[in-house]
Amino acid sequence: MAQSEQEILAGLAEIVNEETGLDTASVEMDKSFTEDLDIDSLSMMTIVVNAEEKFGVRIPDDEVKNLKTVRDAVTFIANAQS
Amino acid sequence: MTSPSTGRSPKGTGTITVPPAARHSRIVGVGGYRPKRVVPNSELVDRINSSDEWIRERSGITARHVAEPDESVVDMAEAATRQALDHAGITAEQLDFILVATVTHPFQTPAAAPELAARLGSTAAATDISAACAGYCYGVAMASDMVRGGSADHVLVVGVEKLSDFTDYDDRGTAFIFGDGAGAAVIGPSDTPGIGPTVWGSDGTQRDVISQVQPWTELRQPWSEPTNDPRLWPAIGMAGPSVFRWAVWGMAPIAQQALDRAGVTADDLDAFIPHQANVRIIDAMAKQLKLPADVPIARDITTTANTSAASVPLATARMLADGEAPSGGLALQIGFGAGLVYAAQVVVLP
Repeated sequence: MAQSEQEILAGLAEIVNEETGLDTASVEMDKSFTEDLDIDSLSMMTIVVNAEEKFGVRIPDDEVKNLKTVRDAVTFIANAQS
Repeated sequence: MTSPSTGRSPKGTGTITVPPAARHSRIVGVGGYRPKRVVPNSELVDRINSSDEWIRERSGITARHVAEPDESVVDMAEAATRQALDHAGITAEQLDFILVATVTHPFQTPAAAPELAARLGSTAAATDISAACAGYCYGVAMASDMVRGGSADHVLVVGVEKLSDFTDYDDRGTAFIFGDGAGAAVIGPSDTPGIGPTVWGSDGTQRDVISQVQPWTELRQPWSEPTNDPRLWPAIGMAGPSVFRWAVWGMAPIAQQALDRAGVTADDLDAFIPHQANVRIIDAMAKQLKLPADVPIARDITTTANTSAASVPLATARMLADGEAPSGGLALQIGFGAGLVYAAQVVVLP
């Protein structure tokens, strides 16, 4: 079932929190995963795999490098769900 | 297939004699060799604009052993083998087959294994295995089947790499990952099962995620115009995040299958010895496997880095030498790497 962007953001924030310990409130739409949240490529992959499971979508390896901001990820997941 | 009608029937007077089949196999001895020179992260950081802390956080690696320029794959294999033979309590003459798993022996032909055999004074059958970081576990599976099938009494399996010859020290993704070394095991007959069924396979669709950046044939071109362009050297490149995803979420189920096929559970293990690719892969894999907290996990990577085919036997030798894992205990070992290829099995530690 397609979720709203706010629901996806909340779910993604939980995943980021679990992987990095970052406060869920810090996971905002315009934040960059690498520059603002200091998430490296392996942690990003863990977040991607957990997001696939949580949101029931497939995020190919080649797509991951395009997910620069939290908004990129939320939009990708929302489109993949619809 | 239908046979052509010749009007002849088999004589039926002779039958092939084979050694008794279906006996058990086990690892009877292991050995390891690490080159003397230790290279800490601090020696590598300038060329990749990095820091010791950055490397530790991303890989768990603090240092690696690097072979001397004139120290060969066969030199290192020989040193590890002599230890393994001592541990097994056999002589080189008792070896019937020698398998050397390596991707860094710098001759396409001849293989490293016959040269190693000659060094040992052996004329045993000898060949190399090209299965990268899975090479040792592939070798253990093949050796076990040789012993069980009766074609060999003792098989030497060596995992050895001189990755320093194939590392691009300007590549931030791989410069700090690799190390040099050799690990060896002797597989022999056993009264009880000592090597469980191997779960193995390949995924060649992902051949590019760990690969030499050029084929050797690309080196022919510059011969007419000599160049020192390092980009032409066929160093090993890696798409780290893709490898990470495959290794953790693809390989943990393979390791679980190896437990299931052997008829044991993670609770029964005395050691978990995965390929030493990256501490974060090891930790994530252990988490996926729901490994009980009391099972020691090999972390030889910290000071040895990723030695590809040598990593599992080197880690095994260290865990036994340090008393971290007991002789006679059960270990789950898994190798995975360039190909992509993988193999996992439960073994009784020698």
